[in-house]
Amino acid sequence: MAEVEIRAVTKTFKTTRAVDDLSLTIRDGEFVALLGPTGAGKTTTLRLTAGLELPDHGSIHIGGRDVTREAPAERDVAFVFQQYSLYPHLTVFENMAFALRAPGRRLPEAVIRTKVEEVARLLHIETKLENKATQLSGGQMQRVAIGRALVRSPSIYLMDEPLSSLDAKLRGEMRLELKRIQTDLGATILYVTHDQTEAMTMASRIGVIEAGRLIQIGTPRDIYENPVNAYVAARLGQPAINLLPADLFAGVPLMARTIGARTEHLTIAPGGAGVPATVKRIEHLGDQSHLHLDVAGQPVVTLSDPEARLGVGDTVTLNLNNPLFFDADGTRIAA
Amino acid sequence: MAQIRVEALDKSFGNFHAVKSASFTVEDGQFLCLLGPSGCGKTTTLRMIAGLELPTAGTIRLGGEDVTMRRASARDIAFVFQLFALYPHMNVRQNIGFPLKCEGISAAERDRRVTEAARALRISHLLDRSVSGLAGGDRQRVALGRAIVRQPKCFLMDEPLGALDTEMREEMIEELRALHDRLGATTVYVTHDQLEAMAMADVIAVMNNGCVEQLASPRDIYDRPASLFVADFIGSPPMNFLPFRSSLAAGVRAVRLGDSEVAIPAAREALAESDLVLGVRPEHVRFSDRGMVRGEVYGVEYLGTTQIVTVTTAYGALKARSPASMPFRTGENVGLDFRADTLSIFDQHSGRAIRTTLHEGGLHG
Repeated sequence: MAEVEIRAVTKTFKTTRAVDDLSLTIRDGEFVALLGPTGAGKTTTLRLTAGLELPDHGSIHIGGRDVTREAPAERDVAFVFQQYSLYPHLTVFENMAFALRAPGRRLPEAVIRTKVEEVARLLHIETKLENKATQLSGGQMQRVAIGRALVRSPSIYLMDEPLSSLDAKLRGEMRLELKRIQTDLGATILYVTHDQTEAMTMASRIGVIEAGRLIQIGTPRDIYENPVNAYVAARLGQPAINLLPADLFAGVPLMARTIGARTEHLTIAPGGAGVPATVKRIEHLGDQSHLHLDVAGQPVVTLSDPEARLGVGDTVTLNLNNPLFFDADGTRIAA
Repeated sequence: MAQIRVEALDKSFGNFHAVKSASFTVEDGQFLCLLGPSGCGKTTTLRMIAGLELPTAGTIRLGGEDVTMRRASARDIAFVFQLFALYPHMNVRQNIGFPLKCEGISAAERDRRVTEAARALRISHLLDRSVSGLAGGDRQRVALGRAIVRQPKCFLMDEPLGALDTEMREEMIEELRALHDRLGATTVYVTHDQLEAMAMADVIAVMNNGCVEQLASPRDIYDRPASLFVADFIGSPPMNFLPFRSSLAAGVRAVRLGDSEVAIPAAREALAESDLVLGVRPEHVRFSDRGMVRGEVYGVEYLGTTQIVTVTTAYGALKARSPASMPFRTGENVGLDFRADTLSIFDQHSGRAIRTTLHEGGLHG
């Protein structure tokens, strides 16, 4: 494993600037997730790091070495794609051993076997090693695809939405496993996703990306609690942060145009002082319930407290509790 | 608009019994979700309501009328598919108006209805755009528009949001439900995504192996799952299952789990000694130094307001949802307690929920 540094990289496709002066250091042993919507430049950043694209400007360094002009094979990186493509005629063992048997590596067969078995155990597919790849479920196939990368010990693992084709339950299990494996191996990972839950639960640091630029990088807690602007604030949190006009509440800072209020920033009481709100709907999503309020025509959504026993049509009062404030440009300002 | 009544519907493809005696009623204006894993029979059921498949047995009534053997085109139903095929050479207005043109409706009336549908879907500004440049969400809105303009008796939708990415899907869930509230059209919606079903449906029919396992409101499905399958399928992370062996007397308020007593909702039936399962939702697991179940923290997943803590115990890995402000270290020893009034008990072999003060009723059908 090694430190990877992306220095002021820009990449343009025809007229679209996919990556715009982006700098990012992934420290040795770190799990960095790039989070952003479709088209933000996440995958291009990953492909630039892999050597599948060449930057217009800037450079890429792996373990202190400038690899900007090196071919993907020379860079010592392992790529896991969203669409796992396994060799259907090979067994799970052969699929995982494939990269280790590449000409030029010449590893002894005993070493290959030990390595594949060790990784298979980590991924809970050790009983499937002799199965044909096509006899596996989707989740098992994606584990094999990840396993194929893990058997190598590259400088960095580059992962492009590797869990997005799995169903919700399996995705939840794999999140925990992948994080566990990364910690155990001390692996360096650059991971691309549009799923905030994956970024929050697995990453050591999250890089929030918008229109090819890195807007903020920090620990999940940092990004969630201290977003630099309204765009970042809206990327994390379920239900999404409420962005409300500043004049809705008294006592907001002079420059504030928007109040950013999450569930933990709102105190809801059956009456008393505060801004009146009406309960419009209570949405039972199972693991959590969303309380939809109307505050002077503005919709506000918070997690509902199961003990509160509110009903549709009830009037409540809202008070702010250390919320976030943003100016006219959406930039965060101090309270 | 109309009521849809499905009675003892059966469908076999050769030796494969795809739908087994499915019965449910969608009241006029109601939104029903058919929810289940792939292969459970939900799409086949929907296709039978649409008239795209003929049932092997059973009846389908639309607004009281038996339409079981009627052709799809004679049923006054609009179908929205996952893969929306728009006509690439037509603009948005022409795409939405096309079904009306086929019915020979006058240009003036067509224009009025297209404008109205576009307003309901908030795509009025896109009417004269070509469909080829549209984003995924807008393309799906156009596909919905094509269904809405026909003003059918009911809407049948087969995973219409399946192809969208997370953020767009969440937005469309809100919109579809709001649209339903405005139009009040009877809707049957097929999905394997529990979040879509929980967020949109008035009633959910959970299907498994061709059978409707439970038919109830989202809240009841979540709080009082009728079977192990339903309990496991709904909820993210899913319900924790702790196996134990015991007999049960009517009225008891606690069960023995290893060395400890766990309080439960009072049992409403008696059972001879058998293999049972205690079901606990992650948000009903509490951390307590005096907790009866002990374990070691395996992993912590931070989610902002809350976090998911996985704890390895003698009963397997249990997941707890707790406020994100509680600090946990991997490897730490913790005690767990459960919120008694929310617990479910299941028979391990049949999967059926044992009747308690929480679970009155038991399995549907």
